[in-house]
Amino acid sequence: MTTPGRGLSGTGDQHFVSEAPFDPHSIEALTPEQEKYYLASQWQLMWWKLKRHRLAVISGLILLVFYLTTLVSEIVAPYDLHTRNTDFIYAPPQTVRWFHEGRFVGPFVYGLSYSLNMTNLKREYRENKTQVQRLRFFCEGDEYSFWGLFDARFHLLCPDPQGTLFLLGTDRLGRDMLSRIIYGARISLTIGLLGIAISFALGIVIGGLAGYYGGWVDHVVQRLIEILRSFPELPLWMALSAILPVNWSPVLVFFGITVILALLDWTGLARAVRSKLLALREEDYCTAAQLMGARPRRIIGRHLLPGFLSHLIASATLSIPSMILGETALSFLGLGLRPPITSWGVLLNEAQNINVVALYPWLMLPVLPVIIVILAFNFFGDGLRDAADPYK
Amino acid sequence: MLRYVFHRLLMMIPTLLVISLIVFVIIQLPPGDYLESYIAELQSQGESVDPEKIAFLRQHYGLDRPMYEQYFVWLTGMLHGNFGYSFEYDMPVTEVVGDRLVLTVLVSFVTILFTWIVAFPIGIYSATHQYSWGDYGLTFLGFIGLATPNFLLALVMLYFANVFFGTSIGGLMDPEYIDQPWSWDKFVSVLEHLWIPVVVIGTSGTAGMIRRLRANLLDELQKQYVVTGRAKGLPRVRLLTKYPLRMALNFFISDIGSILPSVISGAEVVAVVLSLPTTGPMMLSALQSQDMYLAGSFLMFLAFLTVVGVLISDLALAVLDPRIRLQGGVSR
Repeated sequence: MTTPGRGLSGTGDQHFVSEAPFDPHSIEALTPEQEKYYLASQWQLMWWKLKRHRLAVISGLILLVFYLTTLVSEIVAPYDLHTRNTDFIYAPPQTVRWFHEGRFVGPFVYGLSYSLNMTNLKREYRENKTQVQRLRFFCEGDEYSFWGLFDARFHLLCPDPQGTLFLLGTDRLGRDMLSRIIYGARISLTIGLLGIAISFALGIVIGGLAGYYGGWVDHVVQRLIEILRSFPELPLWMALSAILPVNWSPVLVFFGITVILALLDWTGLARAVRSKLLALREEDYCTAAQLMGARPRRIIGRHLLPGFLSHLIASATLSIPSMILGETALSFLGLGLRPPITSWGVLLNEAQNINVVALYPWLMLPVLPVIIVILAFNFFGDGLRDAADPYK
Repeated sequence: MLRYVFHRLLMMIPTLLVISLIVFVIIQLPPGDYLESYIAELQSQGESVDPEKIAFLRQHYGLDRPMYEQYFVWLTGMLHGNFGYSFEYDMPVTEVVGDRLVLTVLVSFVTILFTWIVAFPIGIYSATHQYSWGDYGLTFLGFIGLATPNFLLALVMLYFANVFFGTSIGGLMDPEYIDQPWSWDKFVSVLEHLWIPVVVIGTSGTAGMIRRLRANLLDELQKQYVVTGRAKGLPRVRLLTKYPLRMALNFFISDIGSILPSVISGAEVVAVVLSLPTTGPMMLSALQSQDMYLAGSFLMFLAFLTVVGVLISDLALAVLDPRIRLQGGVSR
């Protein structure tokens, strides 16, 4: 064994000195994946986490499809919203078939022949097996005005020029239910988004003021929230929408209902904002901002809110379904939207009479998209809420 | 404890006052006063209007006085049990409403009981058998129940009862008992009809409660003391019932505050679909014909019911949990 002392004083060639540059941090170095993970922004992390939640992704896709169709309802729907087929009132859903007399013809429906049952006055339709009516794709059909901008006839799917195509049946005026459900999605789905936008703004402003200032402001807001929450929501909605003037135009009624829905819905968000702000305003960075002379609006909006915006968005997603349900219930009762505006609730209004429903059960079909959308929003919101905690 | 009860009762007064103010504003919002629209309606039907009666009503309700005085007239009237005058029925509101309030309370109360009885065992099962097939199945059912609006559920049930049994399941009693005084037979008949609205209204509340009970109990089951108890070899049932369940029970009682408004909301719409003789259908028609005193007193009554329900749940919680009655606060 040689001691270091001898080595230094003696001949240096006994020691090996590596020429390679020395990196003192080599042990702590991150793999590329780790580096990506630690450097990723919060939204990036949320997205990665959300992607792993399969149910949420599927629900998100379903919602995306629903919302995309609202942009092009006119094209997706086989008929126009108001087309009346007076020969086919309360026609049942037509089944799509592929084989006619053992021969493959592609997708088609059989024509309907009509007879009136004289004992119970029920309209009865039978499939007429001689009429083969082929479905057409990317075709010209009913004329419509696209978003009220220009007229067009292009549809994704149309009936045979001489035939009919009622995949979900028709209503009491012979209007195609499928087309009406597709058009109804436009109103039913946007009312949720618009409403949540309003209640989001209300919740952030009111909750933000209460949480940031505390004291008597907080006290008043707290009481107000408690009182609003102790009201049964639906009866109050009913009362408020009943006092919308009858002579308002449908568009005004639409906005009126949206505002009414939002007016009672901000309390949950305001509570969340308040409790978060109460904790965050004690943080050092908030004090620093105050000392540098930032105004409350800037501190709340610029420094405090971004810290938990993801949570807020997740909880907002979870409260969209209650708005959609609220609109559906109000319109179902005849207090909400009125025809000519078509929403799922308005469609269901026709299903209110059980005797009619018992004869023509397809009038209840708008229930299905309501349930699908609400389930999807619930799952998607759950996924978002989990994803909003990326480090958990 | 007495101090806490007193405090809670005192807190109710401002709440109810603000609620009454909101309701009054809603009553006043339609343009014109109701007597004007009432007279206009009568005249449009070609009926003559007795000016003495109009003058009497105008004076009786203080319609000639400023708004804030009208509010006080209305408020003090309510305190004396005088809820105003229904112009549609041409009778005092109290006489129009009659049994309906009792039946509304009955339906809501039984629905809450149903929610508890169903949600409790299922929630415990789901929490103790987390990620089992039973848990997944029940969670899925719960989601469906949560997503299906209860008035649509009522509609679907009506339809299937009509198709398969050929009967209507609407109503709350057999037709021969309607408008009859209460008797034992009538009571039995009501009980026989009650289960359908109760199931329909209770479904979404039950589903929500199962999910929350499961989450709460799961949190509790992961705590150190449960691990310790298990390590010491406590029997499973005893370990579950001794502490975690009691902690979860706390939330179970307090949760009534959040499900009660939704139960009452749901009951109103379901009542319209199933044509129950509760406040729902009458409130709807009152709103449609802008019979605002009637609608307003229904609204007031429903809000009152909710406030009292929350009060009862808070008091029950205080009995259960010493932390609350000693600090005078709410544990949530």
